[in-house]
Amino acid sequence: MGEAQLSIRNLYVEYHTDEEVVHAVNGISLDLEQGESLGLVGETGAGKTTTALSILGLLPKPNGKVTSGSIFFEGKELSQIPEEEMRQIRGNRISMIFQDPMTSLNPIFPVGEQIAEALEIHFSLSKEQAAKRTAELLELVGIPRNRMGEYPHQFSGGMKQRVVIAMALACNPKLLLADEPTTALDVTIQAQVLRMIRDLKRRMRTTLILISHDLGVVAQICDTVAIMYAGKIMEYGKIEDVFHHPLHPYTEGLFASIPRLDRTQKRLSSIPGLIPDPSNLPSGCVFHPRCPYRMDVCNQIVPTTVEWEGRKVQCLKYQELS
Amino acid sequence: MNRGQAGCSLIDFEQRGAMLRYLFHRILQLIPVILGVTLIVFTLTYIAPGDPARLLLPQDASDEDVAQLKHAMGLDRSFFVQYYHFLFGYDGPGDSFDYKGLFALDLGRSYVSNRPVFGTILERFPNTVLLSTVALCLSILVSIPFGIISATRQYSKTDMVVTVLALVGISMPAFWLGMLLIWIFSVQLRLFPSLAVPSNPLSIVLPAITLAAMSTAVQTRMTRSSMLEVMRQDYIRTARAKGLDEKVVIRKHALRNALIPVVTVVGIQVGQLLVGAVLTETVFSYPGIGTIMVDAINRKDTPQILASVVFMALIFAVVNLIVDILYAFIDPRIKAQYIQAGKKKKRGLFHVISRKATP
Repeated sequence: MGEAQLSIRNLYVEYHTDEEVVHAVNGISLDLEQGESLGLVGETGAGKTTTALSILGLLPKPNGKVTSGSIFFEGKELSQIPEEEMRQIRGNRISMIFQDPMTSLNPIFPVGEQIAEALEIHFSLSKEQAAKRTAELLELVGIPRNRMGEYPHQFSGGMKQRVVIAMALACNPKLLLADEPTTALDVTIQAQVLRMIRDLKRRMRTTLILISHDLGVVAQICDTVAIMYAGKIMEYGKIEDVFHHPLHPYTEGLFASIPRLDRTQKRLSSIPGLIPDPSNLPSGCVFHPRCPYRMDVCNQIVPTTVEWEGRKVQCLKYQELS
Repeated sequence: MNRGQAGCSLIDFEQRGAMLRYLFHRILQLIPVILGVTLIVFTLTYIAPGDPARLLLPQDASDEDVAQLKHAMGLDRSFFVQYYHFLFGYDGPGDSFDYKGLFALDLGRSYVSNRPVFGTILERFPNTVLLSTVALCLSILVSIPFGIISATRQYSKTDMVVTVLALVGISMPAFWLGMLLIWIFSVQLRLFPSLAVPSNPLSIVLPAITLAAMSTAVQTRMTRSSMLEVMRQDYIRTARAKGLDEKVVIRKHALRNALIPVVTVVGIQVGQLLVGAVLTETVFSYPGIGTIMVDAINRKDTPQILASVVFMALIFAVVNLIVDILYAFIDPRIKAQYIQAGKKKKRGLFHVISRKATP
């Protein structure tokens, strides 16, 4: 086990608006080794995308701010390096596949040009060399090379997502952040795109953070999984461990809400209640208002992370284990 | 790559056909617009008080003389007959008031100067074009950079100053601004002449600023809001995520998208600049189409009024058409719409024919 390629330490991110302060990420820590793939799972608003954007330093300005904590990538603290150097990393060492392929491509440039752009700036390729490599990339994601002169509106949703993926892979990134890469796609295309990401990851030994609210998608690709809730990592561990023996009540609830074919169910079970308002988080454990195992202390004590056989969990139930 | 390019040129060929069809369609649409304008303008001059025949004759002319002249001019005929004359020409008892009508681009001679009305317009029109072009360039050169600065530094001091200036520009009437500028720069500082003539570039500065003020303000606000809108888009985040320099993100990815609505506004402004020239030209006594129109209205010189208004309407319509075509060059999606519209037309026609053919 070498040193971690990406290491997030106690990260806090807030969005400031005129009316309120939104606590999007509340003290998460993660370590990823080269080639590892992590699934970041949680409901909408759990802070998954915010985490990814803070790694890239692309939090929406001027509202989004990293208020404390640090992100180390290949030994460098990303918040400390100048913007110029950060630009060298973006799209080159770290790249991101965005959630919505429909809006992630610039409507007025041919897709080929949009892919070639990253190559031209990071590898200082000439137009011809970049075009050649772009053609290869498009074929890699299953788009015929003669379509590189076409505009985004001429592609279907699935094809656009492939273009977005080709764009993210253009410079052989060391770390790939994939934000719900298949959510906007229908199921058959989903499987193709996932297979493609997995193959590419193996071939290029890229570290992957796959953001999803779909446990099935994560199970197909990832080695480890982190369950996020209200800006915190509730549970972290190897995918088999978490899937077979979920420790945290929230994880349990998530699995219980997956429909199963091997049992008769009249209704899908769900976790009662809603994800808390991130501008007004509950006291104590953020999950306590919805937790079926709630104890009296849960609304008073903030649980710390308990490490146990390579797994991490943030719940007072397991506090005595440490 | 080569194959891709070959494919492109084939598409271009198809696109060009569709574009031409679209263009033809749009030009056909101009006809009812122009006819509508002529009807309105003709009606207005018809019902306006004052008798051109009486104005032409000396003050002590008898009613008989007036009636005779009215007959010679064809002004004693009914409204519809007169409108028919206006469109298709008039052949009166004498030769002096004959004209070939609007479709032959001949509306006769001015009652005042006795020169062909379109001749005067065409002679003076370049002056108006010159003034409007200078004003347009000025407004674009000022508004787009300031709009971008305003948007990229939203709520900064610069943004506030630009916003206030834009508000002043929108609210200030052109004739008042013109007089203010004359008072400051001609009367007090003696930097620019107060009378504008096309041959003296220095004298065009003040009228151009006057004319440009309003459109500069509108375009600045438009660029700002459009830029702010575009900067929030996901594809801007994608561009940043590629590691592009912020300047490139703004100039390449944001600006071209943000300019699409600005082009619409500029297009409307071009028409307004030509028409707005009426006031500015009057303030600076500039020999353009605006002064012709104002003089003609003052003297009830009907042929000249009709000719200038119809001419302006035509220019307005043509400019709008050009702007619509320009869109296609900025936004490939609009180009695609033209092509689809063209294809649908074809299919629709085929449908009709095949339906008729099958019993």
